[in-house]
This record gives sequence, C-alpha cells and structure tokens, in this order.
Amino acid sequence: MLEIRDLNVEVEGKEILHDINLTIGTGETHALFGPNGGGKTTLLMAIMGFPRYRVIKGQIIFNGKDITKSSLDERARLGIGMSFQRPPVVRGVKTRDMVAACVESRGPKDDSAIDELAKRLNMGELMDREINYGFSGGEIKRSELLQLLAQEPELVLLDEPESGVDLVNMSLIGEMINELLQKDLKRRRTRSCLIITHTGHILDYVHASKGYVLLDGTIPCERAALEVLDSIKENGYEGCVKCLCQTD
Amino acid sequence: MSMPDRLTATKKRKELAEKALDKKAALGADIDVAAYSSSVDERPYQEKPEQINREEKEQMLGVGVTLDDLSQRGGTFVQMDNSVVHSSSSQDGVEVMGISQAQEKYDWLEDYWWRAVSVDADKFTAHVELEQNNGYFIRTLPGVKTVYPVQSCLYLAHSNLAQKVHNIIIAEEDSELHIITGCATHPMQASGLHLGVSEFYIKRGARVTFTMIHNWAPEIAVRPRSAAIIEENGIFLSNFVCMKPVRTLQMYPAANCIGNNSVVRFSSVLVAPPGSHLDIGSRVLLNGKGSRAEIISRAITTGGDIIARGYIAGSAPDVKGHLECRGLILSEEQGGIIHAIPELKGELAGVDLSHEAAVGKIAEEEVEYLMARGLTRDEATAAIVRGFLQVDIEGLPPQLATELKQAVETSEKELF
Ligand SMILES: Nc1ncnc2c1ncn2[C@@H]1O[C@H](COP(=O)(O)OP(=O)(O)OP(=O)(O)O)[C@@H](O)[C@H]1O
Ligand SMILES: [Mg+2]
Repeated sequence: MLEIRDLNVEVEGKEILHDINLTIGTGETHALFGPNGGGKTTLLMAIMGFPRYRVIKGQIIFNGKDITKSSLDERARLGIGMSFQRPPVVRGVKTRDMVAACVESRGPKDDSAIDELAKRLNMGELMDREINYGFSGGEIKRSELLQLLAQEPELVLLDEPESGVDLVNMSLIGEMINELLQKDLKRRRTRSCLIITHTGHILDYVHASKGYVLLDGTIPCERAALEVLDSIKENGYEGCVKCLCQTD
Repeated sequence: MSMPDRLTATKKRKELAEKALDKKAALGADIDVAAYSSSVDERPYQEKPEQINREEKEQMLGVGVTLDDLSQRGGTFVQMDNSVVHSSSSQDGVEVMGISQAQEKYDWLEDYWWRAVSVDADKFTAHVELEQNNGYFIRTLPGVKTVYPVQSCLYLAHSNLAQKVHNIIIAEEDSELHIITGCATHPMQASGLHLGVSEFYIKRGARVTFTMIHNWAPEIAVRPRSAAIIEENGIFLSNFVCMKPVRTLQMYPAANCIGNNSVVRFSSVLVAPPGSHLDIGSRVLLNGKGSRAEIISRAITTGGDIIARGYIAGSAPDVKGHLECRGLILSEEQGGIIHAIPELKGELAGVDLSHEAAVGKIAEEEVEYLMARGLTRDEATAAIVRGFLQVDIEGLPPQLATELKQAVETSEKELF
C-alpha cells in the first residue's frame, strides 16, 4: 500500500530525513520508535504531504501511484489520514465541524452515526467545543481518532496516539484504533497503519507486525515490532540499532 | 417635568444644537451634511407592508426584515427615506410607532429626549435635532415580554438624501424586548447619508436584545449615534453585523450601566471590502455595583480599513468587564488595515477588567490541519472564516439566532 524509496526530507532548509526506505503492505500495521527529535513526526508529515516538509529526493508511492508531488488535500482524498501529535487550535471551528469535514471529503454519511460514534467514544461534550481549544491531552487524542474514524482513510498515520492518555482511556483508544483498522475483519483487513509510539503500550491493544527505529534521520533496519521494543528497553535506541541491525 | 418646564427644555436643546451645527465629530472623517439633499417625496403609508414592491422587500429581507409574513414578528416598523411606510404591533403591551406619532401621544417622551445621547455631541446629533425626519419608538410595558421579535427597517431609496432619524427604545421594568433592525439601501442607490440617533432606556429588571444588520452601498456615509442607560438588574445585549460595502461608517455606541448588577454585551461582526472605511467601537461605563460588560468584535478586511475600538470603564465595586477584539486580514495585495484599539479604565480597587486583541492573517497551520482532513485550500479557508465570524448569539430567541446566523452566512459566501 505504501512504499517509500530513498526519501530525503528537509524542514526550513535543514535536512532531517536521509534515505528512508519503508514498505507497508495492505492490512499491515507497523510501529515506529525512536528518540525525541529523531524525525518520526517529520516522516509522517512528509507522507501526509505538508508543504513545509519538503521532499528533496526519493519517492512516496501509495497504492501504486507516485504521490510525491501530490498536495496535502489530494493525499487526504486519496485515502491517507493522520492523527496529530500536537494539532492546532482553530477558534470558532467546532469538533463537530471538523468531523463533518472528514465525512464530507469522502461522500455523505448521516449525522446520527457521527453522534452515535461520539457518544461511544465519550466525546459527546467535546462535539460543540472549538476544536482543540482547552482540550486536555487525552481529549486531543480521542478527538483526533474520532476524526479519523469519520474520514476512514486506507492508510492511517498515528503520531503517539497514546501519550498522555490515562489507563482507562487507554483501552478506549486501543479499541478505537482497532476499529479504525478493521480488527474484526481479521485477515481480510485492507487498512494499513504506521504508528509512532514511545512506550509501546498501545501495542498491547493493537497488533503491529514490523517495527523500526528512526535514529538521526535514518532507519537502519526493520524487525518484528515487539522484538524492537524489547531491544530498546534493554539496550537503548543506539544499542538496539547496533544489536539488531548488525545481525543482518 | 411640567409643561412649562418641558417648553424651556426644548428651547434650550434647540439652542445647544444650533451652536453645535458645525462641530466636527471626535472620530471619523468629516462629512458636509449640506452636500446632501433633505427634501424627498413622501412615500405612501401601507396598511399591509407586503404591498411594498418586491425589489425593496428583497433588500429588507437581506437585513432580517420580513414583510410578507408578519406572524413571527411582535411588531413592525418601516421607514423609507423620510416617510413612515408602516408601523404596527401585534402584541398587547408592545408599542411600535413612528417617533413623531409617539411625541404626539406621550408628553412625557420629551423627558427621554437626548438623555442618553448629548444633543450637542457633534454636528450629526445637532442636525438630527434640528432637521429630524422621523425614526421609531418601541416600548414594552412593565412586565411584558415579547413573544416574537419586533422588527424595524430604515431604508434609504432616494439618491443623495440625508436621512436623519431619532429612535427611542424603552423597556419598562421587568419587561423583555427583542428587536431586529435592519438598515438597507435601494439597489443601485448612488450616494446618501444616514444619521441615526438611538436612545435605549432599560429599566429595572428589563432585558433588551437589539440585533442590527447594516447593508449599505459603496457610496453611502453613515453616522449612527446611540447610547443606552441600564438600570438595576437590567440586561442589554446588542449584536451588530456590517458585512457589505459602505464608504464610511463611524459609530461608538455607549452603554451606561447605572444600576447595580446590570449587564451589557456588545458583539459586532465587521467586514470591510476594498473602499470601505469602518470605525466602530463599543463603550461601556460600569457605574453600578456588580455591573458587568462584555465587548466582542470580529473584524475582517478584504481590502478596506477597520478601526475596532472598545472601551470599558469600571468605577463601582465588584464590576467585571472583558473586551475581545479579533481581526483577520484576508487581503493579499489590495491593502486593508485593521487597527484594534482596546481601552480599559479602572477607577477603583476591586474592578476586574481585561482584554484580548489579536490581528493577523489566517494561520497556515490551521488551514493545513483542515486540508489534511480532505478539504481543499479554499474550503479550509472558508471554514476557518466561518468559524471566526461565529458570533456569540447567546441570549437571543432561537429563531432570531438562526436568522442572524443566516444573514452572516449569506454575506460570508460573497467573501470568496
Ligand atoms: N518546523 C520545523 N522547523 C525547524 N526544525 C524542525 C521543524 N520541524 C521539525 N524540526 C526538527 O526536526 C527534527 C525532528 O523532529 P520531529 O518532530 O520529526 O521528531 P520526533 O522524532 O517526532 O520527536 P518526538 O519524539 O519528540 O516527537 C528535530 O530536531 C526538530 O527540531
Ligand atoms: Mg514527534
């Protein structure tokens, strides 16, 4: 579904990502680990197509189509969706309006379904508030996922969906992501996901097959997600990269 | 006031006005009132306002005044040029009529004349005093609550006319009055001047909402002069919408909260297309113990100039005031200025006054956030602008809130 070839990305004239290669098959979920400032968010923003994250080399292929030059909104309409680590406040625009925008971008769906969804996600009260204005950390995460559930993207990019989420809401978040990724369809799943996590807690709920460490703007190798997580816990990021990638 | 006293007062007022005829206004470009004509043909009175011609009714509908179906209105007043074309009330205890008619009916009305606004504030008030051509009188009797809003329309049809009106609104004790008022011009109207004095008297425990929509034309000059006096536990909520071109509009309505625990809120939504000059503010004096004020304005320029003022003075214990002014610059090359001037004056410890002002263009980050959900750049921008213009319409009857929202949305579509 997603193929990234030799991707170099710069932000504000500074190269952040170097020669990234990555392939996510249909129905697969991969996990992305790495230290603060390593470039994880940058990678997601570049895949999503934010203009400030400039691709200076390489290609992004989505469902066989080269989207390297496609605009942000085109990519969204093609079926890529992202939950933000720190989304902006948009004064005057209600959560409800955002959710409606997500729905609209891919054809009509009735209002009651959205309200039903919001209620189930314990978000009823947030629907008529200005998006992200005064939201708690956990509320932001839930609101991001609600928008994605409305958008139903084929490729889901999740930037730390569980950071700052309490233990009770963690399982709710886990459920939401599973729903987003059609867990119930088992092997017939068609949605794919790239998920950034520091703690790996979300992997208790969401099954990720492969894992990567993004260190200093590069991805040295890929392994089973839980193997990577264990190695990071044991050896740290650099140690993990040394240990796992050298056995190639 | 006794009869002889009233006569003396009237005479004194005229003298003050005579002296102020050339007095320039404190704010706004000067206007030569003599350059406009003051005579115009009378328009016939319409027992049934639906008989006003279709084109003109359309214009009025654009400012929230509906004449084909009065079932959702507590009363109706229509003035075209200098003639009262219709006035009626459909609820007991709600009075709606031309101000001249009210003057004949009530001797005591003189006692309210220029009590909130000074007759010699500037040349515009002076001209209205000396050359007044009507205006409206709306009053709710004690304890009466309007079921449906009262609507009034001041319509400028004759080219180059100076329309000079004096309006008086009285909400007697414990009454509730909702007014929607629209100012509009004839399509193709060339030039004109509108001078409107409005005085609001909100008695103890009364509640008034006043929603005013202005749809002028590119060559019209407008100088409203309004003020409200709010007594104990009184509430005055004023909403102002001006999104269509107008050459120059300057106003700085004032609310004087003389009563304890009185409340006032001004919200305005302003859009200045290229060629428009708006100098608009709201001023509140918190003189009653525990009185509260909120001033909210949203200003957008697509090329015109806006000065957005706000002033709250607190001079009684436990008063609270907040001023919020946000401006959005949508013009890229054509220029366009938003100048926010928020002022606070505390004259006592224990007053709580605050303000927040922000002027800028739409944040790219916000546009991109919406684009990431599949909206195009234009759709995302429109959604943000729509959100920006979302006026706080709390306190309005639901139907009126909907109408106001629709009026804003209609004009908003023309922005892009
Ligand atoms: N807009 C920007 N301007 C300048 N530098 C930027 C910008 N965005 C990202 N960077 C830099 O790029 C590097 C990678 O940042 P990125 O946000 O991708 O890291 P991350 O791996 O997501 O970190 P974290 O775990 O803290 O979220 C950092 O050094 C960061 O400061
Ligand atoms: Mg990050």
